[in-house]
Amino acid sequence: MKKPQPHSATRARVRPVAQSHDFRLGFVPMIDGAPVIVAHEMGLFRKFGVRVRLGREAGWASIRDRLIHQEIVGAHAPASMAFALRCGLGSLAVPCLTAIVLAHNGSAITLSQTLKRAGAVDPLSLAEVVRRSGASRRYRFAAVFEYATQHVNLRRWLAAGGVLGRQIKVIKEDGASDWPTFAEKAKKLLVKDKVASVFGCWTSASRKAVLPVFEKENGMLYYPTFYEGLEQSKNVIYTGQEATQQIIAGLDWIAKEKKAKTFYLIGSDYIWPRTSAKIARKHIENVLKGTVVGEEFYALGHTQFGSLINKIKLKKPDVIYAIVVGGSNVSFYKQLKAAGITSDKQTLLTISVTEDEVLGIGGENLTGFYSAMKYFQSQDNPNNAAFVKAFKEKYGEKSVIGDVTQAGYLGPWLWKATVEKAGSFDVDKIAAASSGVEFKGAPEGYVRIHDTNHHLWSKLRIGQWSTDGQAKVLYESALIEPDPFPKGYQ
Amino acid sequence: MNIKTLFKSKAEVYTTVTLAALVLVVLPLLLPIFRLNLFGKYLTFGFVGVGLVLLWGRCGILSLGQGVFFGLGGYCMAMFLKLEASDPISTKIQSTPGIPDFMDWNQITKLPWFWEPFKSFPFAMAAILVIPTLVAFGIGWAMFRRRVGGVYFAIITQAIALIISLGIDGNQGYTGGRNGITDLRTLLGMDIRSNVSQYIIYYISALLLFACILFGKYIINSRMGRVLVAIRDREDRVRFSGYDVAMCRSFVFALAALFSGIGGAMFVLQVGFMSPSLIGIVPSIEMVIFAAVGGRLSVIGAVYGVLIVNLGKTTFSEAFPELWLFLMGGTFIAVVMFFPDGLAGLTEPGGPLSKLWQKWGARLLPGLARRIAENHSSTATTTVLAEKTALNEVTNATK
Repeated sequence: MKKPQPHSATRARVRPVAQSHDFRLGFVPMIDGAPVIVAHEMGLFRKFGVRVRLGREAGWASIRDRLIHQEIVGAHAPASMAFALRCGLGSLAVPCLTAIVLAHNGSAITLSQTLKRAGAVDPLSLAEVVRRSGASRRYRFAAVFEYATQHVNLRRWLAAGGVLGRQIKVIKEDGASDWPTFAEKAKKLLVKDKVASVFGCWTSASRKAVLPVFEKENGMLYYPTFYEGLEQSKNVIYTGQEATQQIIAGLDWIAKEKKAKTFYLIGSDYIWPRTSAKIARKHIENVLKGTVVGEEFYALGHTQFGSLINKIKLKKPDVIYAIVVGGSNVSFYKQLKAAGITSDKQTLLTISVTEDEVLGIGGENLTGFYSAMKYFQSQDNPNNAAFVKAFKEKYGEKSVIGDVTQAGYLGPWLWKATVEKAGSFDVDKIAAASSGVEFKGAPEGYVRIHDTNHHLWSKLRIGQWSTDGQAKVLYESALIEPDPFPKGYQ
Repeated sequence: MNIKTLFKSKAEVYTTVTLAALVLVVLPLLLPIFRLNLFGKYLTFGFVGVGLVLLWGRCGILSLGQGVFFGLGGYCMAMFLKLEASDPISTKIQSTPGIPDFMDWNQITKLPWFWEPFKSFPFAMAAILVIPTLVAFGIGWAMFRRRVGGVYFAIITQAIALIISLGIDGNQGYTGGRNGITDLRTLLGMDIRSNVSQYIIYYISALLLFACILFGKYIINSRMGRVLVAIRDREDRVRFSGYDVAMCRSFVFALAALFSGIGGAMFVLQVGFMSPSLIGIVPSIEMVIFAAVGGRLSVIGAVYGVLIVNLGKTTFSEAFPELWLFLMGGTFIAVVMFFPDGLAGLTEPGGPLSKLWQKWGARLLPGLARRIAENHSSTATTTVLAEKTALNEVTNATK
């Protein structure tokens, strides 16, 4: 259990004391005091005409106090003690200087035989031992000095594998796509299990069903799905994109790349596609100066797109803008292909197809069509390479990762960063501390929570589907500010 | 109304009192408010169950669309609560303050005319009772007049459930669409989410449910109840005897709808939202399953069925989040295979429990067994007689 550490044996020094001819140096009798002791015994100080007297001290606290009161002018010391002393942490502030760094490692954390026999070998197993032995048994951990590197390292070691030194326990609930069940489970998690945070929901309806529960019981929800916006809550962090983030940059790209002027909007009939279509129409008409030649909505689960396909053939739009969700997607793309509407003749941009949907639709049915998402599994960066590898190890080689899955993955990390920033699991503090929290390890690259609205700054990407069910990323926008209540698009 | 028309036998009194003690005393004492609130939610399905016993168990009309009436009652309540929640101050962020948020998202700038009356509490309460009843009576009358029955009626009710839920989905500016009407906070200024009001709502639900149970028992044990059984068993003979079969059926269909509507309204108060997912085919069939598990002939059995199935849903889903739907499905199949009369059938004379008792109880406690046997045989005879002679009584009554 050796840990590298920038340990000790720095020399702290105060102003030379005028009235004394001897420089008094302190040491604590331990191995890293050796350089000072050996130099004195072998006559190094004398050789250079420095008169030094060594004083043996019982511990770091007395070294510190003697430095403060100028009874000694230097000592070997733990690295962080010098900083603490300069900053006045735990004592008076005294200007001091680190003359030489003597050692960078060599510390170890030693556990007692009792703990070892109980099975503690690392932070996780130690936490398990502590938990098993119950609240009455308290374990004492010692470190030499509050501002010693050993102390910092011991705490970091204890905290490893958890958040703020706490272990994470996952409780899983299934809402069964039934909104009252979602509300019931959300309430159970908050009231009975008293969870620190909830990561979940998929559709807008499920979020709307649990939102009052989270607000009443003051819980924290990390919601992963790209959605319609028009909502902002203290109790929710939206890790997917709100509608303008997903729509505007994508339309700009297709208008520029494909010289598109006419658009046909097709969606499923509920709040997200309708709001998205509204924003798309406003942007097409007011900003791009194009025309919407058709706008149609079909009930969820609708599978007959024959008449729609005839209308498309009649209107010949430059772009089909598809916001069809769920099972309808399969029939929609298969019927388009059967009717001969394929990517060599028709441009199609969708904001509702991720790798997960393609798994059901079949890559061959939408080859060449475009999706506007913030994440694609094929994205080439080190974060994503590691994420995809780990995901496939856990869920199998055939599993795919869609935009929402990735946004779901962001949730726990953002929560961890926020908790560590807030130094607390308290929901009010987390809600307040969320502003500006970053996650640089995001598979999509980089995300940051907005300063005021609890949504994420994120980039938009355009992917073109190929037969293997993966998308080639053709375009990546700059970071886009989330704007859940977009002016001019309402 | 005298007590005899409510309870035919002592056993009925005991089962009713046991259920009342369970719901009104035991559960509130044992459960924390969070669990009690869940039971409150289950009870609201009990209203539908009681209605189905009258409609399906007694009169032989299988409706797969009871969710519609549950939903109508629920939506009436939700509309009132939503308007109360959408005061101009708390909705000032909207383009048009003072209207429900989902209307604003759909560019509706004025409250639609049919929402206006729901600003009034008395109107909303009356609507909860009247609208489901009238709709059911209209549908029933139109179909029973033409002697549509049996499986055709079940299919039509299913179609209606689908039509209504699609209609709500498709008009999200006026109805909230698939999300439903959400974020309901207060009833006449009382926060419906606070612990105290959840106790109050629980007791109101429970008492209303018992009112429905007693009314159901009254109907079952009255001459009307015998007419219903007669219609179930030999419709043509009842018609030839001069009874208006269509009117009787429409009446019981409307009554079941009334119960369901009250249940829906109480559901909204317990859960805090209403959505089309409670109206469609799946929830409607689920409600029939509740009644089937409990026993479609017994109003008390149906309420137990509702409580047990929903408790099972909650418990299974908490214990086995990945498997619970299979466990529920397995339970339903088992009930239908082994207890065709539901759980209430278990305790009936001649049912599995009484056989077990006859086999073992008689050896262990001969005295008690003899007394119970006497009691049972007399009630059993009355039940059988009541059922068998219903037709004769009906026929005689017309003379």
